[in-house]
Amino acid sequence: MKKKRILAIETSCDETSAAVIEDGKVILSNIVASQIKSHQRFGGVVPEIASRHHVEQITLIIEEAMTEAGIEYTELDAVAVTEGPGLVGALLIGVNAAKAIAFAHSLPLIAVNHIKGHIFANQLSDDMTFPLLSLVVSGGHTELIYMSSPDSFEIIGETRDDAAGEAYDKIGRVIGVPYPGGKHIDEMAHRGNDTYHFPRAMMTEDNYDFSFSGLKSSFINTVHNARQKGEELNTIDLAASFQAAVTDVLVDKTIRAAREKQVQQLVLAGGVAANKGLRQALTEAVTNEMPDVELLIPPLNLCGDNAAMIGAAAFVQLENEEFADYTLNGKPGLSV
Amino acid sequence: MKILGIDTSNQVMSVALVEDSTLLVEKTVNIKRNHSVQLMPAVEALFKEAGWQPNDLDRIAVAKGPGSYTGVRIGVTIAKTLAFSLKVELVGVSSLHVLAGNGEQIPNSYIVPLFDARRNNLYTGLYRYDENGCVPVEKDTHISADIWTDYLKSLNAPIQFIGSDVQKYADLLKTKLGSKFIILPMSRHYPRASVLADIARTKEPEAVHLFEPDYLKLAEAEQNWMEAHPDQSQGGGWIEKL
Repeated sequence: MKKKRILAIETSCDETSAAVIEDGKVILSNIVASQIKSHQRFGGVVPEIASRHHVEQITLIIEEAMTEAGIEYTELDAVAVTEGPGLVGALLIGVNAAKAIAFAHSLPLIAVNHIKGHIFANQLSDDMTFPLLSLVVSGGHTELIYMSSPDSFEIIGETRDDAAGEAYDKIGRVIGVPYPGGKHIDEMAHRGNDTYHFPRAMMTEDNYDFSFSGLKSSFINTVHNARQKGEELNTIDLAASFQAAVTDVLVDKTIRAAREKQVQQLVLAGGVAANKGLRQALTEAVTNEMPDVELLIPPLNLCGDNAAMIGAAAFVQLENEEFADYTLNGKPGLSV
Repeated sequence: MKILGIDTSNQVMSVALVEDSTLLVEKTVNIKRNHSVQLMPAVEALFKEAGWQPNDLDRIAVAKGPGSYTGVRIGVTIAKTLAFSLKVELVGVSSLHVLAGNGEQIPNSYIVPLFDARRNNLYTGLYRYDENGCVPVEKDTHISADIWTDYLKSLNAPIQFIGSDVQKYADLLKTKLGSKFIILPMSRHYPRASVLADIARTKEPEAVHLFEPDYLKLAEAEQNWMEAHPDQSQGGGWIEKL
């Protein structure tokens, strides 16, 4: 059978990325240009500046993806792009670039949900089998998604306030680590111990939802109280305690949901899937508590935002002939 | 030379196909709509109407700002990506120059296109006709309406004001400029992609990958950061390949 190739584009936040993916599995190229250094100046992503960087980078990154893949436009079967969720101005750059390429080369256009993309990052390193449960954790999302087939997505649990990654960035600011805080907190956590015993919100409740704002407040209060009293704080142990609270809740609820849904696979996805503490805790829990379930964790370079995962998710839509037309718009609040 | 012209830098969307100095088809919409939704379908419809294929194009002309940041980026992204992937020339034209191109050849007069930039500020420029057509006299600028009007008064010449935001400043302009204030008929106040394509026809093409909008204004966060870090360079080095 002829191989099917998709040029995929992702610009939902602060990475400009383009990739060429074969049959939803093989990465022919995956170019990611990160704006993080720019946004570090402001302590977080500034939407207008993200949009400006995307428009500067977009054709360069697409060209690099095409060159590295070593293919011509005539060898493509479709152009795919993230339509949402994300920053609207940032999404619009990818969406309009994808439309221009689709029009220029008479290619079908595929609109991909960013969250589905994160889940399908796993398809690039393993074979996804269904039914599966995916824990999606990133700066903007904390969701448990049940998939009975490659094109069926059911949110069975989600955060009621902050996303896990967002909580990391916020407490990172409080203890003065550079933006984005998650990576630094993770590294610190490995050198410390859980001595502060922060609350595990909603852990015993009979649902699969999460809440991280209480944990965040408890952390901030601990730091403020100590500073007011002039007490020394052990930031290494603080990081370890925070991380333990986050991973305990994520792992506990995920295992419970996987058990109840009787899934074949448990699939970790999203930027926070790069967190070593979470990878370890989930691996241990699955090994000990549900050895029959296969755990998929994407390689580190596919955890953050990238276009390869968009190409992997788009392949299912290409097979289903689920195409978008030229009125495609960015959808910042798109749900799965 | 087959040229596609695109202007989405403000509320108006204008798209045109021009061959040499002949307009084939043009669509100009002044209804508040989303450029991201309507631009590509409009381009496709015009190509159908003219019987052109995308790779028939020789050149793409786009209004590069100033204007609505998002609007400018949509036009620039489509133009830049089309030019890059079709390997055709790209020419950027100031959105103010496009408006100025609607001016009349009144001897010894100037043409001032303007967009409201809020807080009594304008995006504006100074143009006039010479043997090469409508050309800039001053660089486009982002400036307070009062300072700009005082400057225009000092020119002591008739001035044609162009742009749908002129009405908002008409009282100020009339008071300061008196009989030197000229306002053109309604149809001249909207950007036309055919005018843009005509201006772009004789311009040098851009380096496509490096092409970016001319916002004439830093993003607010960047402005503040630069004021706090005067010793650090503004551009470059912010993007890292992973």
